[in-house]
Amino acid sequence: MGGSWFQRLKDGLRKTSSRLATGIGDIFTKRKLDAEAIEELEDLLVMADLGPATAAKLSAAIAEERFDKEVDEAEVRTALADEITTLLEPVAKPLTAESDANPHVVLVVGVNGSGKTTTIGKLAHALKSDGKSVMLAAGDTFRAAAIEQLKVWGGRAGAPVVAKEQGADSASLAYDAIEQARAQGSDVLLIDTAGRLHNKADLMDELRKVLRVIRKLDETAPHDVLLVLDATTGQNALNQVEVFGSMVDVTGLVVTKLDGTAKGGVLVALAERFGLPVHAVGVGEQADDLRPFAARDFARGLMGLD
Amino acid sequence: MFDSLSDRLGSVLTGLKRRGALKESDVDQAMRDVRLALLEADVALPVVKDFIAGVKAEAVGQKVLKSVTPGQMVVKIVHDGLVEMLGGKPAAEGDEGAEAADTGPEGINLSGEPPSVILMVGLQGSGKTTSTGKIAKRLAERDRKKVLMASLDVYRPAAQEQLRVLGEQAGIPTLPVVEGQQPVDIAKRALQAGKFGGYDVVMLDTAGRLHVDEGLMQEVAAVKAHANPSEVMLVADAMTGQDAVAVADSFNQRVGLTGIMLTRVDGDARGGAALSMRAVTQCPIKLLGVGEKLDELEDFHADRIAGRILGMGDVVSLVERARDTIEAEDAEKLAKKIQKGQFDLEDMASQLAQMRKMGGLEGLLGMMPGVGKMKEQVKAANVNEGLLKRQEAIISSMTPHERRNPKVIHASRKQRIAKGAGASIQEVNKLLKQYQTMAKMMKKVGKSGGKNLMRGLGGMLGGGGGLPPGMMPPGGVR
Ligand SMILES: Nc1nc2c(ncn2[C@@H]2O[C@H](COP(=O)(O)OP(=O)(O)OP(=O)(O)O)[C@@H](O)[C@H]2O)c(=O)[nH]1
Ligand SMILES: Nc1nc2c(ncn2[C@@H]2O[C@H](COP(=O)(O)OP(=O)(O)OP(=O)(O)O)[C@@H](O)[C@H]2O)c(=O)[nH]1
Ligand SMILES: [Mg+2]
Ligand SMILES: [Mg+2]
Repeated sequence: MGGSWFQRLKDGLRKTSSRLATGIGDIFTKRKLDAEAIEELEDLLVMADLGPATAAKLSAAIAEERFDKEVDEAEVRTALADEITTLLEPVAKPLTAESDANPHVVLVVGVNGSGKTTTIGKLAHALKSDGKSVMLAAGDTFRAAAIEQLKVWGGRAGAPVVAKEQGADSASLAYDAIEQARAQGSDVLLIDTAGRLHNKADLMDELRKVLRVIRKLDETAPHDVLLVLDATTGQNALNQVEVFGSMVDVTGLVVTKLDGTAKGGVLVALAERFGLPVHAVGVGEQADDLRPFAARDFARGLMGLD
Repeated sequence: MFDSLSDRLGSVLTGLKRRGALKESDVDQAMRDVRLALLEADVALPVVKDFIAGVKAEAVGQKVLKSVTPGQMVVKIVHDGLVEMLGGKPAAEGDEGAEAADTGPEGINLSGEPPSVILMVGLQGSGKTTSTGKIAKRLAERDRKKVLMASLDVYRPAAQEQLRVLGEQAGIPTLPVVEGQQPVDIAKRALQAGKFGGYDVVMLDTAGRLHVDEGLMQEVAAVKAHANPSEVMLVADAMTGQDAVAVADSFNQRVGLTGIMLTRVDGDARGGAALSMRAVTQCPIKLLGVGEKLDELEDFHADRIAGRILGMGDVVSLVERARDTIEAEDAEKLAKKIQKGQFDLEDMASQLAQMRKMGGLEGLLGMMPGVGKMKEQVKAANVNEGLLKRQEAIISSMTPHERRNPKVIHASRKQRIAKGAGASIQEVNKLLKQYQTMAKMMKKVGKSGGKNLMRGLGGMLGGGGGLPPGMMPPGGVR
């Protein structure tokens, strides 16, 4: 026993981390798609956060098609990207925020720090550019300066912000916001909520209460319930979607922070398992850093193609 | 969603009965499951690969402890490897069987000329500002330090206001905001205020930044150069996926980290990122964020996070306790007796004592995965430590002759025994009945092997007591 193998490990890791930092590199040139090559492909997928199960399934599919054929790296990666594109295309649906309702109510939920408030700022900006009138509701009455943060975003987008003091009841804030949006004839109301971990029953109940109160005023609302996911999140995203989905009827996803090196591959597993629309991706901290989710681009990004 | 690792390893390894040393082929198979478990826990793939290679080398040839299954044994080796990688103290050289012990938390380094500077860095939204408040509060309240906080985040809307509010909540002063001042200058001003104000610690909260954002990485490197911090803490989300390696490595290369704080440990993520980051930076994980409130801060314990990453209940402590409490020879002797159908009250007493040491039947079952239903039964039967002790007392007030020949215990003897143990006759009767059930079971086990044991155990619980499965002696299962 002792630390000897650990020492070897330390030395080894130095290499692996640089391998990672520079990307996967040339795992294959033109050669037979043999067991080893398939394992390398699987590794590539695992490292993009697809999760071991999805990675195994996808690489097995490729193996079935082309096993023992002479292929080159680009070819195989492209084939996999195509496969993933096919999987993701059905969920790539931009957010229209259009309904007969006035206002069209969008509730934004998610775990702490995933990018909810920033995404609301970006959405407000985009909707205003489309000529819509937008109102924001500062439903995060818990976190320090969350209200101020949303007010800055409202100011940037030119959207009024309905707010109460910190510590106020978020459900009654949502209620007031809908009434004000009605009074002012706003087209869209974007409601921010405090970040919460999905395994906290009391906080999830609080969110359900917000939902109930909104439905008292308009039983068709909220017309969109957006779950904001951080692309750096690994397999826990599956739990997030499952619990938020069943507790507050999530209608679609937004994935943030795709401007980093995280590939957000868990989206593939999410698409397979839940099939929820992916409306948009965040690619920065500025108001115009929001893009519609494009299945092909995303899939090629996953495979390190551009 | 997934079975726990030990359940899975259990099924992989049931094929190999206790055959002494673990063979390479056994271990290979087990490692496939370990790999999956680690990947599902978001440990980065390169780290998984290296880890598996190390553990495999360690496991092949190891003797399986008599009182545990090979599956449990492998889990234990994997766990010890994880603890060691996470910063647990390695077992001393040559100290066969020593544990990779739990490591106490590594303290925050406050060395150097006061004020000591703590620089908080990390990706956007990882929890830097909140954690700044938490650490400041702890240093002030627990360690009686005079702490000043300053926000260098001039980008995120209301970031400086956020830290100010947190300071107000915690009763920690914050550096007044000067509109338009840039991060390096804010840091200089904070240091000066810290020096003149007689502060022990100055905490610098920085803006979230991507590790690939060249401009912002340069900025934080410049802040570090000016502030000369005794602690550069990477604040990272416990939910982070495979990217953890790249993030931690870049921050370490560019800024030079001294510690890691893992946030959102109150969530249900398995937290494999902890292993990835620790492995790639060699920086200790110093603190855990376990909630949004400012006092929701905990010290890091390698063994707890290791158990969480493996997602496996507490098989490890089962193995450890079994090793501590069971003498191999005793087990051997008992096995022989059982095979001959000679289980007597002395054996029962020693079983009861061992069970008590292992936290009672409930405690024992609590450590075993996949026995949820049985736990209920145990609860219903109310087999607690007190009961075990009383039963031991009853047996110890018998004569050796009575213990070895329970048949001779009739009315008058019962009365004497009850009196000696301070128990009622009914309790003595109950114990004897249990003994009979157990003895019958043991006979069956001796004949037919261990398979019925688990089933039988459930049946015996109505009376309480019984031989816990992990304690089944080697000879008894064949
Ligand atoms: N690089 C990058 N940063 C982002 C993106 N979206 C949000 N952020 C940053 O992530 C951090 C957290 O964003 P917020 O919008 O405050 O997150 P939140 O979900 O509202 O957080 P809580 O309300 O505290 O739960 C901020 O620093 C944002 O600027 C993105 O797409 N890319
Ligand atoms: N549940 C939980 N939430 C946490 C923890 N630590 C921080 N948070 C929450 O995570 C969110 C983001 O925290 P911040 O402290 O603003 O994160 P930050 O790293 O300063 O964010 P930026 O400055 O935008 O990069 C907030 O909602 C916090 O309340 C934790 O340990 N557990
Ligand atoms: Mg927010
Ligand atoms: Mg911050």
